[in-house]
Amino acid sequence: MVIGVLALQGAVSEHVNMLSQCGVRAKLIKEPADLQDIEGIIIPGGESTTIYKLLVSEQLLQPLKNLIQNNFPVFGTCAGLVLLAQQESLGGLNGEVKRNGFGRQRESFESLIDVEGFTEPFHGVFIRAPYLKEVSSDVKVLATLVDGRIVAAQQKNVLVTAFHPELTMDNRFHELFVKQMIATSEFVDN
Amino acid sequence: MSKTGTTLVKRGMAQMQKGGVIMDVVNVEQAKIAENAGAVAVMALERVPSDIRAAGGVARMSDPAMVEAIMDAVTIPVMAKARIGHIAEARILESIGVDYIDESEVLTPADDTYHINKNEFQVPFVCGCRDLGEALRRIDEGATMLRTKGEPGTGNIVEAVRHMEKVNEQITQVKAANHNQLVMFARNLKAPYELVKEVHDSGKLPVVNFAAGGVATPADAALMMNLGADGIFVGSGIFHSENPAKFAKAIVTATAHPTDYALIAEISKNLGSPMKGIEISTLSAEQKMANRGI
Repeated sequence: MVIGVLALQGAVSEHVNMLSQCGVRAKLIKEPADLQDIEGIIIPGGESTTIYKLLVSEQLLQPLKNLIQNNFPVFGTCAGLVLLAQQESLGGLNGEVKRNGFGRQRESFESLIDVEGFTEPFHGVFIRAPYLKEVSSDVKVLATLVDGRIVAAQQKNVLVTAFHPELTMDNRFHELFVKQMIATSEFVDN
Repeated sequence: MSKTGTTLVKRGMAQMQKGGVIMDVVNVEQAKIAENAGAVAVMALERVPSDIRAAGGVARMSDPAMVEAIMDAVTIPVMAKARIGHIAEARILESIGVDYIDESEVLTPADDTYHINKNEFQVPFVCGCRDLGEALRRIDEGATMLRTKGEPGTGNIVEAVRHMEKVNEQITQVKAANHNQLVMFARNLKAPYELVKEVHDSGKLPVVNFAAGGVATPADAALMMNLGADGIFVGSGIFHSENPAKFAKAIVTATAHPTDYALIAEISKNLGSPMKGIEISTLSAEQKMANRGI
């Protein structure tokens, strides 16, 4: 199995390492031709405005958007969540996102969080992180903070976390993406 | 329980900047140009390094009002510079909420013995280095991001190349060393043994390392990325060029695609003049900023 990691800017190598821990080969995605022969794609953490501008200038935005609309499996962390929740950007997740939702860097934090379907809590690393304010009824909320802010969610083929599993040693989200979402994917390449 | 100011969130913040360009800006208008061009962060300062060089005198932390105005104007992270060893300037910048502090040799050093104990701060720090010893000493003090020193404000890439190659060469040597040699490396590098051992075991620096000091063109940015830089700082190179918005965008593209030379050729066409630049051998030892705070 080969999974793409969008490699325009951000924590790319960290996701590549996570995938290799899951026994999966990663392919760096820098231009539309790279989208061939992958079974899913990860949108890494980074600066969402920068990644968005590069998606547009590399003419990757529309092809990726089309794939996601056709049920192509995608996993976005932090900036990836922002891009997937903004309909004018990648879209795919029906919810309202609050960028830099916790404040500036000095408010960045680590916290153990309970995740739907995981027996043990997950080490959440939040860096100038966004959160989801509201999601539509077709979105399954996977984790909320005590104050109700949504920080992990899944909508069919789209998985998002506001925090960075790629900065930890814990590959449960990557396993979920690879072993469940891609394994049961309804994506049909036409 | 949630914890702020941890090493993981400080180092992680720098990891999120990888593959990006951090641009020096002196006002809100420039900050917006940088953000529109795709900068991953801006460095807010009153004068870019080449102007600091030209002005002479003591260079200090920028006016907090100016830094705050830039923080209000853009959504990307905002960094600011404190003088080497100037704990009070750093605390002031932390109190207004800048996202990263550059303890920078571009400003006039305030302490010729000690750097800031950066471990005590909530806000993360980036520091310059010319070799692995400097890099590990700064990490020991709590720096969670590094950059080459280069020779700031010259528009001349040679010093940044030298510093990046030196760090890489020493990492290669440390990787291959046995126990006794690691002890000697720690001694010669004037760096803690534990950090030397960490580099030996992992084969890399424990924090992100950007290129800085002399980047003036998209080709310079591509060169530094190919030498192993995790990203690029551009100081005077953008806003002292003939067409800042175009230069900024072209340097962002070259940093994201450092081996796509056909693309870099395309974006380098008709860019106009880069900043003028200074030949390093014309600088006296006192004029070299890279020699400060080693």
